[in-house]
Amino acid sequence: MALVDKLGAALDSSGGGIILTSVDSLADWARGKSLWSMPMGTACCAMELIAASFSKFDFDRHGTFPRPDPRHVDVMIVAGTITRKMAPAVQRLYEQMADPKWVIAMGNCAVSGGIFYYDSYSVVRGVDELLPVDVYIAGCPPRPESMQDAVFQLREKIATESIAPGKTRPHEFLLPVPGASSGGGEAE
Amino acid sequence: MTLDIKERSWTTGSDGTPVEELVVNVGPSHPSTHGVCRVIAHVDGEVVTKAEPVIGYLHRGIEKIVENRTYLQIVPITDRLDYVGSMYANWAYCRSVERLAGIRVPERAEYLRVITCELQRIASHMMSLGSTGADTGAATMFIYAFDVRERIVELFEELCGSRLTYNYVRPGGVSMDVPEGWFDDILSWTDAARNSISQMDRLFFGNFIARGRLKGIGVLSAKDAVGWGASGPVARGSGVNWDLRKHDTYSVYPRFDFDVPVGSNGDAYDRARCRLFECYESLRIVEQAIEQIEPGPFKADGIPRLLAPRPGDAYDHIESARGSLGIYLVSDGSPRPYRMKVRSPAFCNLALLPLLAEGHTLSDLVIVLGSLDPVFGEVDR
Repeated sequence: MALVDKLGAALDSSGGGIILTSVDSLADWARGKSLWSMPMGTACCAMELIAASFSKFDFDRHGTFPRPDPRHVDVMIVAGTITRKMAPAVQRLYEQMADPKWVIAMGNCAVSGGIFYYDSYSVVRGVDELLPVDVYIAGCPPRPESMQDAVFQLREKIATESIAPGKTRPHEFLLPVPGASSGGGEAE
Repeated sequence: MTLDIKERSWTTGSDGTPVEELVVNVGPSHPSTHGVCRVIAHVDGEVVTKAEPVIGYLHRGIEKIVENRTYLQIVPITDRLDYVGSMYANWAYCRSVERLAGIRVPERAEYLRVITCELQRIASHMMSLGSTGADTGAATMFIYAFDVRERIVELFEELCGSRLTYNYVRPGGVSMDVPEGWFDDILSWTDAARNSISQMDRLFFGNFIARGRLKGIGVLSAKDAVGWGASGPVARGSGVNWDLRKHDTYSVYPRFDFDVPVGSNGDAYDRARCRLFECYESLRIVEQAIEQIEPGPFKADGIPRLLAPRPGDAYDHIESARGSLGIYLVSDGSPRPYRMKVRSPAFCNLALLPLLAEGHTLSDLVIVLGSLDPVFGEVDR
């Protein structure tokens, strides 16, 4: 990335350029076609996520291979209700993912809290209160096909992104970083 | 800071070297915990000395929020309890409401409930068997299991329009009658299902590795099974012949001829085998029910939109894929329940984890957890 960064820095002053555009399209192509996913399945939607990756729907053919390790993956699929007790774990796992990273909120619970929106005392009302979400899929639970559609939509979104510094998404830590000057308090 | 070695819990390994007890945190996001279970495992080398399940990562307050819902609005929330087998919680809840409000259910509705719930049992056990395979390193098992499960899910989608959260069983009956040719679709599939299940049996349980990984793991004695309130395949794997369909029979189950598979060793292997054989029995029940079912109303007449049972309480339980699932309802005469309590079999079975996991290696801990087949929607509620 060092060379790309230098190249980007050189060209960024003029707002990108012809060279960076081709590098961008190459990077976006590479990133979009092999979106390894981390199934953050907590509740009912996890069943549909499993159904999407096994027989009949077979997610792998789109390059979306489920890996349960945050270090291996590009996209976190939040499938299911996130409770307040679970929230720090979800944030921590998102922190551990390597850049560039994206999030798909699958199902109404991850989008807004769904059926538990109104009067549940323990449910986080949408995972976008915790993480930056790229694609939302509605449904309770969504069909596996809409899961695949979400991956295609994410690809389209990735195609518009640039690797130039200043144009990449700023990386922000959501939880206190262990060892940082201000931090120290563990969230868990 | 000085370390006081005497204060720390040193033990000696087999070769005389000092070994310190290590605490390993498994979960809450772990592929083998079947949801969001967190297990705090104390390990001595590789052997688990103490396993402590931490639950509540999926606590959505269902028992509390239903107090703000009318009796009919609660049915879709019960879908989200046991999300691998949504029909059961629907049915257990509706039985409690019917008992509370004194509703008589038409015979056709009872048959439809039996047919859907027995199909649901197969779908749920397929999930469990698939994950047992995945836990032991045979991920192929999932692919075979999902082949069967997907067919059932398709049938349910044809029936009620939803793949997972059915909202099909309602107080007084079921939400709609079957579509044309639905029974024929099932009958034309049962033989194929039997073939698939026996293929899975040969492929997985006939396998030397699977037997080696499952046999003798997490042995539960019949006495402990009864003492800890285990039910379903977990209790039956230990030789406790306890099935509510037979021994506290409900609905139209006395009319069917079926057997209850019972294990003898109480290990993970027997529990998984019990689940597999239950699938055959469920197919038998489905075939008999389709033979016996007669045309008629699928919902009781005269049920008001806003049910308001007279003050009182009711408890009813059914045999779900995980054990005896009971729902206790208290009514204060208003259209909303005063209290709902779910007796969840997954919760009671999960309580056995510290007992069963002790003395096994960390890699067998996930097998023990998988063999209890917990669903965390139901454990945490």
